Amino acid sequence: MTKRVGMEVSIAVAEAVKLADVDVVAVYPITPQTHVVEHIADLVVDGELDAEYIPVESEHSALSACLGSAATGARTFTATASQGLELMQETLYVASGMRLPIVMVVANRAVSAPLSIWGDHSDVMTVRDSGWIQIFNENGQEMVDNTICAFRIAENQQVLLPVMVHMDGFNLSHVIEPILLPDEEQVKAFLPTNNYPLPLHPSKPVAMGDFAPPFIFTEARWAHEEALRNSKRTIVEVWDVFAKEFGRQYKPVESYRTEGAKTLLLTMGSFSETAMTAVDKIREEGLSVGLIRLRLWRPFPFEELREALQGIDTLIVLDRALSTGGPGGPVASEVRAALYSQNPRPQIVSFVGGLGGRDITVENFETIIKRGMEIAKSGSDKEFQMFGVRE
Amino acid sequence: MPKADNELTWRDLEIGCIATNPGSSSAYRTGDWRSQHPEYDFSRCIKCGMCQMYCPEGCIQTSKEGYFEANLYHCKGCGICARECPVWVISMKEGTK
Repeated sequence: MTKRVGMEVSIAVAEAVKLADVDVVAVYPITPQTHVVEHIADLVVDGELDAEYIPVESEHSALSACLGSAATGARTFTATASQGLELMQETLYVASGMRLPIVMVVANRAVSAPLSIWGDHSDVMTVRDSGWIQIFNENGQEMVDNTICAFRIAENQQVLLPVMVHMDGFNLSHVIEPILLPDEEQVKAFLPTNNYPLPLHPSKPVAMGDFAPPFIFTEARWAHEEALRNSKRTIVEVWDVFAKEFGRQYKPVESYRTEGAKTLLLTMGSFSETAMTAVDKIREEGLSVGLIRLRLWRPFPFEELREALQGIDTLIVLDRALSTGGPGGPVASEVRAALYSQNPRPQIVSFVGGLGGRDITVENFETIIKRGMEIAKSGSDKEFQMFGVRE
Repeated sequence: MPKADNELTWRDLEIGCIATNPGSSSAYRTGDWRSQHPEYDFSRCIKCGMCQMYCPEGCIQTSKEGYFEANLYHCKGCGICARECPVWVISMKEGTK
C-alpha cells in the first residue's frame, strides 16, 4: 500500500526517476532544477538506484552523454532549466532527429538578461520546435505521474521520441506537497523494458545522425513530423492505461467548470490551479466562466482544443512568455492559428504575465478574466496585453 | 532492385534515418562536387605516393603499373595532390571530366 506523504516536488520527481529504474542519468545542476539531480545523486550513492550517474561539465555535455546512452538502448534521464536548456539547444534537435527516447524534466525558468532564476515559460518557447514531446504539469502529483508516463511514451516502438516533462520553476520545483508515490512493483509492471530497435552494438554496426543530402533531408523531416504528430495517439493510450492502473487520468486538453460557459480562460502549467480558484469565485458572482488547461504542448492537440472551445464567444489566454516584437503570447498565437479555420470562432484575447517569477494571484486572474471580457466586447488595437506592467 | 535515391520516400527510412549498412557512405558520389579535375603526365612519375598520402578524400588508387590515379567517382577536385607532387606529374584542369 502507498500513502500520501509531504515531499518537495523536486524530491518526488527524483523518486519517480528511481521508480522508473533508469540506467543512466547525465546531468548538470542549475537552479531551479538542482534538487532533482542532487536527490538522484543521493539515491545512486546510497545504492537505492542502480544507475550510471554522469556528472558532466555542461548541459551541452549532459544531453550529449544522454544521446550516447539512449543510443545503446539504456533508459536515460536528464533535467535542466533556462540557460541550461539554451546550452542544450544544438543537441536537443539531435536527440529528436535521431529518435532517441530520452526523458528530461525542465524546471521552467526565465532566460537572461536580465538575470532571473525565477519561473516562467521563456525557456520552453525557445525549444518549441525542437521535435520533442512536451507535457505540462500543474502540481507535484502530476509531475510524478508524468515523469513515469514519459518513459513509457518515449520508449513506445510507435513513438521513439524524447519527452520533456515541464515543471514550473519554484511554483512547483520548490514547494512541499502531499504526494502519492506509486508502488514500485506496480510501476515496474507499467513500464516495459526499453527495447530500442536499432541500438549501437558491436555485433551489428549502425551509423546514427548521418549525413542527409538534399535528396533525402525533406523525407527525414517528414518522418519526424509524422512520428511526433502520431505520438498523440500513444500518449493518450498511455494516460488511459495509467488511469486504469493508478486511478489518475490525464488528457491533452483538460477543462474545469466549462459547462454552459461562453467565456473561457486558457492556461498552461502550475498557474492553472490558481486560475481554478479564480473561476470558482467568478462563478459565485454569477458569471459563467470556465477554464481550459493545455497539458500537451507538443504534439499540439488541435482536435481536442477545437472540440473543447466549441460554441464559446471569448477565449482569454494567459502566457508566461513573450514573443518579443511578435504576436505577444506564444500559446495565444498558436491557439489563434489553430482556430482561424473554424467557423464560428471565438474572440481571442491574449495576456502576457507571470514573467520571471512574478505571481499571478487569484485576484489578478479575476482582473484578467473581467478585462478580457471587456476587450472582447470593445476590441483592442493591441495584439496582446502586458498584464501588470508599470507604465 | 533497390530504389534510386530520388525515389525513396519517408517510409523507406529507418527510424531516425539510421544507416544500417556499414560502409554505405562509399556509395555517395562526391565526385560531382568537382569543378576541376586532375590530369597526369606519368612519364615524370617517380611512384613516391605523396599524392595518395595527402589526398583528403582517400580516393587515389594504385594502378597495376604502380602509378597513382584519382577515382573520379569520389575526387572532389581540390588539387592538393597536384600541389604536393614533388615532380609535377599532376595538373588541375577546368571542368568536371
